[in-house]
Amino acid sequence: MCGIAGLFIKDKALEPQLGALLAKMTSTLCSRGPDSAGFAIYGAGEKGKSKLTLSGPSESYDIMAAARKLTAAIAPDAPITQRYSHAVVTLDADDVARAEAWLAANLPDVSIMSEGERLEIYKEVGYPDDVAKEFAIAEMSGTHGISHTRMATESAVTTNGAHPFSTGRDQCLVHNGSLSNHASLRRELRRDGIKIKTENDTEVAAGYLTRQMNNGQTLGEALKASLDDLDGFFTFVVGTETGFGVLRDPIACKPAVMAETDQYVAFASEYKSLTCLPGIKSARVWEPKPATVYFWEHN
Amino acid sequence: MPTIDLAKTSLRDLNATLHQLKPDTNETLWTITNPAGEHSIAVGVDAPITINIDGNVGYYCGGMNSQASIIIEGSAGQGVGENMMSGLIHVKGDASQSAGATGRGGRLIIEGNASARCGISMKGIDIVVKGDIGHLSAFMGQNGRLVVFGEAGEALGDSLYEAHIYVRGPVASLGADCIEKEMRDEHRVELIELLKLAGEANKVDVSEFRRYGSARQLYNFNIDNADAY
Repeated sequence: MCGIAGLFIKDKALEPQLGALLAKMTSTLCSRGPDSAGFAIYGAGEKGKSKLTLSGPSESYDIMAAARKLTAAIAPDAPITQRYSHAVVTLDADDVARAEAWLAANLPDVSIMSEGERLEIYKEVGYPDDVAKEFAIAEMSGTHGISHTRMATESAVTTNGAHPFSTGRDQCLVHNGSLSNHASLRRELRRDGIKIKTENDTEVAAGYLTRQMNNGQTLGEALKASLDDLDGFFTFVVGTETGFGVLRDPIACKPAVMAETDQYVAFASEYKSLTCLPGIKSARVWEPKPATVYFWEHN
Repeated sequence: MPTIDLAKTSLRDLNATLHQLKPDTNETLWTITNPAGEHSIAVGVDAPITINIDGNVGYYCGGMNSQASIIIEGSAGQGVGENMMSGLIHVKGDASQSAGATGRGGRLIIEGNASARCGISMKGIDIVVKGDIGHLSAFMGQNGRLVVFGEAGEALGDSLYEAHIYVRGPVASLGADCIEKEMRDEHRVELIELLKLAGEANKVDVSEFRRYGSARQLYNFNIDNADAY
């Protein structure tokens, strides 16, 4: 099954409520994906800086100690913030490659959930309402966010197997469905230098989009190309630093409903997730068409 | 005139109450408030009552309906009126995919659009959609009528048996073994009846509709193939 919620805010006045609204939308999707959940939040950022969101091998792992070791080695004054089992380290963008190499060499158990100027990803095994509460998602503000509740089919129930997946700077993707050609495509992408960490099919889709965009395609073009290259069932919701996109496969059996008002564009697996949004009664509500790319971007 | 508030009453209690109703019940008008997109509202009702639902509903609303008239003052999720036997379901907004799927009888009227697979495997239901329908609609439709005021998506009527399809707008493509057929007087009469039942009598010109049906090449026994058996 799996459940997806996404919120792209157009009216700045609503930005402080991004986390609260996204957590509420996600709450109604618990039954669609009770085994793990994740949240991608596009919050504040600073030009030239990069946020690394780190997670350890278990929820009890001392992620702050690991983050401090990292900053001591790379940038001693870099700020660190903690959210439950994850830590966010803000580095100069130029230091990211060195930090990644240092982590791989010295703390290989630590996973980088996301890297970007504005993106932070928080994900964990557990009932989605509990995951949202542990990370205090409801307190977060931002311009757009995507969440996922997972009912695993293709790979193990682990933190790293939860969505969203991020394979590129400020990029993330969530997926409802299953891909059939992920094994061969994973080999191809790794050969092309895309970092893919898990055996999860969705991470391959994220990696595919990253490669296409690295090769100069826009997100819209990359999504369109995926219709030819990905085999399987999917409803994707993707985020970039400024944008928010939706794509369903040509058969479109995985559910999707969208709503738009002057204040926001919202995506959900079921209409009932949208009922908590302001002005939903007068919103334009529709189902995205199969094999059609939808994309919104902040100027 | 009972009113059930789904913000206060559980869905299970609502449906259990509706299932208790006898054919001669005096409680013939029900109102359901705060449906909030909940799934399986008023599924399996078997009594000649009217149910007004004040808002949007989730999956399978009015599924297996017999006799009841269910009016949804909003949009409906997947499988509205799934396997309906008789009665009426009237959706004032849009319907999600598989509206009226496998329906055996009764009427499903959708004021807005219906998405993919509308009337999939329909077996006698009449469906009138006043907007557009999505792809693979009336797939393997066996019996009943599907009327569409707007456009139809890809692969309309794929693997069709004997359901009748009338579409006023453009059709993106026809599915396997579905063809356009001549609109004869008997079909105009049938369409006028259906429009009347959908409250559109004399408002819509039947000559604007085109008729689609089965070419009967896919499912019919063909004498030329007798040697193969």
